Amino acid sequence: MRLKRSMRWEARTLAPIISLFLLIVGTALVVPGFLRLSIVDGHIYGSLIDILHRSTPTALIALGMAVVIGTKGIDLSVGAIIAICGAVTAVLTASTELHPLIVLGCAVLAGMVCGLWNGTLVAVFGIQPIVATLILMVAGRGIAQMITGGQIVTFHSDFINAIGNGFFMGLPARVVLAAVIIAITVLVLRKTALGMFLEAVGGNSEASRLVGIDSKLLILMVYVFSGFCAALAGVIIAADIRGADANNAGLWLELDAILAVVIAGASLSGGRIYLGLTIVGALIIQTLTTAILTSGLPAQYNLIVKASIILLVLLLQSRVTQNFIKTRVQAFRRSSDAQ
Amino acid sequence: MTDVNQPPLLSIEHINKRFPGVRALNDVSLTFHSGEVHALLGENGAGKSTLIKVLTGIYAKDSGDITLEGRKVHIKNSQDAQNSGIRTVYQEINLIPTMTVAENLTLLDQPRRFGMIRWRSAHSQAREMLARVGLDIDPNSLLVSHSIAVQQMVAIARALGSKARLLILDEPTASLDSDEIARLFGLMRQLKAQGMAIIFVTHFLDQVYAISDTISVLRNGSHVGTFKTRALSQTELVGHMLGKDLDMLQHEQRDITETEEKPVVLSLSQVGKTGMLKPVDLNLRQGEIVGLAGLLGSGRTELCELAYGAARSDQGSKTWLGQSLPINTPKQAIEQGMAYCPEDRKHRGIIAELSVRENLILALQSSRGWWSRIPMAEQQAVVSEFIERLSIKTSDMEKPIGELSGGNQQKVILARWLVTNPKLLILDEPTRGIDVGAHHDILNIIRELCEEGMSLLVASSEVEEIVAFAHRVVVLRDRGKVSEIVGNQISQKSIIQAIAQ
Repeated sequence: MRLKRSMRWEARTLAPIISLFLLIVGTALVVPGFLRLSIVDGHIYGSLIDILHRSTPTALIALGMAVVIGTKGIDLSVGAIIAICGAVTAVLTASTELHPLIVLGCAVLAGMVCGLWNGTLVAVFGIQPIVATLILMVAGRGIAQMITGGQIVTFHSDFINAIGNGFFMGLPARVVLAAVIIAITVLVLRKTALGMFLEAVGGNSEASRLVGIDSKLLILMVYVFSGFCAALAGVIIAADIRGADANNAGLWLELDAILAVVIAGASLSGGRIYLGLTIVGALIIQTLTTAILTSGLPAQYNLIVKASIILLVLLLQSRVTQNFIKTRVQAFRRSSDAQ
Repeated sequence: MTDVNQPPLLSIEHINKRFPGVRALNDVSLTFHSGEVHALLGENGAGKSTLIKVLTGIYAKDSGDITLEGRKVHIKNSQDAQNSGIRTVYQEINLIPTMTVAENLTLLDQPRRFGMIRWRSAHSQAREMLARVGLDIDPNSLLVSHSIAVQQMVAIARALGSKARLLILDEPTASLDSDEIARLFGLMRQLKAQGMAIIFVTHFLDQVYAISDTISVLRNGSHVGTFKTRALSQTELVGHMLGKDLDMLQHEQRDITETEEKPVVLSLSQVGKTGMLKPVDLNLRQGEIVGLAGLLGSGRTELCELAYGAARSDQGSKTWLGQSLPINTPKQAIEQGMAYCPEDRKHRGIIAELSVRENLILALQSSRGWWSRIPMAEQQAVVSEFIERLSIKTSDMEKPIGELSGGNQQKVILARWLVTNPKLLILDEPTRGIDVGAHHDILNIIRELCEEGMSLLVASSEVEEIVAFAHRVVVLRDRGKVSEIVGNQISQKSIIQAIAQ
C-alpha cells in the first residue's frame, strides 16, 4: 500500500524535476563553467544564480497563475498588469518625492485593483475567465501608456533599484523577495484549508457550493492574488531597467506563466494546484533560454529549441505516455518474477 | 384511431443492445402504426433512450430486425433513419439559436443554383414547412427571439421535412407550460390525422392519457407490455413501470413501528418555487425517516433542494427546531446541522480530482472555516474510521475519488456528511447506480443513523426501498405533494396507488 502511494507521487511530480535536472546537467556538459559559482564582494555569481535572477518575474506570476488555474480560471492580463505597475513605479519615483516604500505600496495596490477588476468580472458577473482577463490584457497596456504619457519613463531610486539588482545576504534581493512570497503562499495554502477549498472550487464548483464553500469570494481573492504577484513582477522588471516601458514590459510573460503551470502537471480544467512544481516549471523555461544563449546556438534557433524541449516535457507527462511506461514496467516485472 | 388489422408502419423484433456491464435492450419487440400516438414509458435506465438511438441510427443494435412497411431496413446512421422517414425531436432543441428560423429549417438541404443558395426559394420552403405545423412567424426572425414552445414547433417542422413517416418526440413537453403543451398536442393530433406515426416519450402520466392511443412500457431494458391507453388504469401503469404486481403486494408485512410524537426538527410551510415545485407542507421529526416517492420528474429532487436551501424558495417559510429561520443557502443549512447528498453524484457530489480523504473531510472543514485547518493526523484518523465503518473499498485514502466505484463514491459522500454529525440528513436517490453490496450497506447505514436519533429525508424511485425504512411517505406528482402515508398504511400498493391516483 505504501509503495503504491509513493509511486503515484512519483509519476506525477518527478517529470518536471527530472527534466530540470537533465537540462542543467546537459547544459553543463555543453557549456563549460555552467555550474561554477564564485563569490565576489560577498555576493554569489554564476550561471545558476543568473537563471534564478532572471526567472523571478516569471516565477512570481506563475505562482499567481497556478492558483488561478487551480480554480478553473486563467489570467491573461498579468503581462498588462506588469506594465501598469511598472508605469506606476516609474512615474511616482520620477515625478514625486514619495518615499520608495509608499511608491512600492501604490504599485502593489494598483496590481491588486486590477486583480479585483478581473475577479469581479469572473466571480460576480460570471464572465468566462479567458474573456474577462482578455479585456484587461488589451486595455492594460493602454492604461500603462496613459500613466507614462506614451514615453519610456526612466527613474532613479537606490531603494527600488536595489529590488531589481541588489543583493541580500549574498543572494540577489529579488530572488529572496520571490522566495519569501512563494514560501508564504505555500504556507497559507497548505497549512490552512484554503488550498483544499480552492481546489474543490476548481474541481467541482457546484459540489463545493453544496458543502457550504463560498466560491465567489474565493475566486475573487484568487484574481486579486494574481494581480498582487504581477505587481511585484512589474516592480522588479521596472527596477531592473530603471524605467517603465508600457509597450514591452512583461510582454507575453503570461504565456510563459501558463506554460510553467502546465509543465508542473496541472490541468487547465482546474482542481489541482502545484506551487512547488510550478516554480520548477518557471526555472525550466528560464534555464532553457539561458542554456540556448550561452551554448552559442544561433539566436534564431532559440524559440524552436525552447518549444521542442517543452513539448518533450509535456509528452513525458501525458497520460498516454505514462500508461505506456506503466504497462511496460509491469510487463518487465512480471517476466522477471517468472524467472 | 388505430386499425389493428392494418399492417404496422414500423416493427422492431428481438432487438438486443449491450453496453459493457449493462444489458440496455433485452429482446425488445414493438410495432408502430400510422395515425397512432404511441407513448413509450419507463423509469430512468429502462431503455427508452437506447431504443430511440437504435431507431435513429445513433447506436448500432447487436441483433434483431427493423421492418418498415414490410421491408427489412438497416439503419446504420442518422442519414439512413432520415431516408427511412424516421425523424426525431429531442428534449434539448438542437437547432442553432443564433440563426434565423428559415436558416434553421433549410440548413440541411438548401435550394441552390450554381452552388449558391437561393434565398427566395429557401424562404418559401421555410414558410411551407411552418404552415404544416400551423406556425405563423416570420422566417427571417432569429430563432432565439421565440419562446421555447415555438422553437420546439420549429424543431418539429424541420424534423417533418418532406417525407417523414414516423416522428419521435423525446420528452418534448419538459420545458413547456400548460398552454404551450395544449398547442403541441393540437399539432400532434393534426399530424396523427394526416397519418403520421408518433412515438411520444414522456414521464408525465396525465399527458400520456391526454394524447396517446397506445402505451408501451419498458423496464430494465425489457419490454413489459403494450396496452391500449383506454384499457389501462393509471395504477396498473405505474405498477408496470415500477415492476410491481399489485396483487402480489397485498400481504406484505412491515416491521417498522411508528415513532411517538418526537419534536419536529424541520418544518416546511407552503415552501415552493415557481416553475420548480408547488407549495408543500412537511414536518420532519427527530429520529424519523420520511420517504419521498414519485415518478421521475415528480418533484422529489426539487423538494430536497428547497428543503436544504440548495435552491432558494420564493414562497413559504421554514421552521428549524421550533424557530423560524431563513435557510436559503447550503451554508445556512449546514450551520443548523443539515446535510444533503444530491442525486447527481458525479456533477454535484464528488470532486473527482481530490482524494478520498479530501472529499470526505470537505464538509467538516468547510463548517470550521478555512483558517482552522483540521490537523493531518486528525483527518487521517477520521477518514480511516469512516473507511472502516462504512466498509469503503479503496487502496488508500489519497487515491482520487474519481477512481472509485459508484457505490464507494456514494459511501464517501455519505461519510462526508456523517463526520459533521448532522441533525437532519437529506438523501436524494442514495442507492442509484451502485452495486448490490453497497446498496445493502447503505440501507443498513440509513437505519442505524435513524436509531441514533438522526432525522432523514430520503427520496427514492424504488418504492420497495421506501417501504422498507420510512416512517412516513410523502408522495409527489407533477411537481406537487399529493398525499402523505403514515405508519401501517405504508405499503408498496398504497404508494403506487397514491402516485397513480
